[in-house]
Amino acid sequence: MKLLDFFRGERKKSASVAKERLQIIVAHQRSQRDQPDYMPMLERELLEVIRRYVKVDRDAVSISLDKDDDCSILELNVTLPKG
Amino acid sequence: MAKIIVVTSGKGGVGKTTSAAAIATGLALRGKKTVVIDFDVGLRNLDLIMGCERRVVYDLVNVIQGEAGLAQALIRDKRVDNLHILPASQTRDKDALTPEGVEKVLETLSGDFDYILCDSPAGIERGAQLAMYFADEAIVVTNPEVSSVRDSDRILGLLAAKTRRAERGEDPVKEHLLITRYNPERVDYGDMLTLEDIREILAIDLIGLIPESEAVLRASNQGIPVVHDQKSDAGLAYADTVSRLLGEEVPLRFHEIQKKGLLSRMFGGGRR
Repeated sequence: MKLLDFFRGERKKSASVAKERLQIIVAHQRSQRDQPDYMPMLERELLEVIRRYVKVDRDAVSISLDKDDDCSILELNVTLPKG
Repeated sequence: MAKIIVVTSGKGGVGKTTSAAAIATGLALRGKKTVVIDFDVGLRNLDLIMGCERRVVYDLVNVIQGEAGLAQALIRDKRVDNLHILPASQTRDKDALTPEGVEKVLETLSGDFDYILCDSPAGIERGAQLAMYFADEAIVVTNPEVSSVRDSDRILGLLAAKTRRAERGEDPVKEHLLITRYNPERVDYGDMLTLEDIREILAIDLIGLIPESEAVLRASNQGIPVVHDQKSDAGLAYADTVSRLLGEEVPLRFHEIQKKGLLSRMFGGGRR
């Protein structure tokens, strides 16, 4: 098959595309795994509120919850457009 | 005390029931007292794969609702001693299962058996969560295909959070990866995820690799779990899986292209 590859040219193998896509999806899923159930809803509502004042993209808001020893920190990141 | 093992996957059609039937049969063939329970209420299939569909009288829901005793509902396998089947209900809806009811059934069975296999329904809803809730170990059945791998990861998330072991803060459910429908030719061609890819993405131990095989459909047609077919690659691969489950070290096979002999190349033979 190595020889065949040569003739087939540079076409990217579909399995490696699948692997790359899965690595991204799974990393995302796992980052959400330990979050409380209300996080997606909270994210959506925060986005709504922000959009009332500034025109931002749907993916311009990201929130994450980090746990320290005795407290949790809710981190909110908003990318505002220029101007 | 029996070991409770859930056979689960998230995605449907990846081979949960085939695997549950083959592994349960394999354990019983190795002398372990085994019962396999169908948790797919409303869409039972295990009885067909085990070849006992005409002997179903009572089911799991009947037992939980007190309409039949456990002894009445358990079906003794015709081929293997030590093997029993507890079928799911065909008519009830999935809300008929209650955590308390399932717990009671598992507790009772636990005294009489070495292994309890729970054949989970597809999805991540109530039925699937109940099938895994009391498990000590989980066999996560995965096809080398994107949606199956993603769903398996979702299931791993549930196993880590929504099981009794997780809720009680006990040792986590032991997770095993079972890859099914693996096609070494397509892997070699670059059109199928390799077993290393899947293992790397899901990051759990591999308990077995079942090649895509004609023997699986033949087995389900006949209602004879494929592990009985020890001339087939899939049958042997399930027997290997059972050995690993019992703690033996067995080298992997059927993950590389099998070289065809001159004769089978000429005559196109090689039914597996």
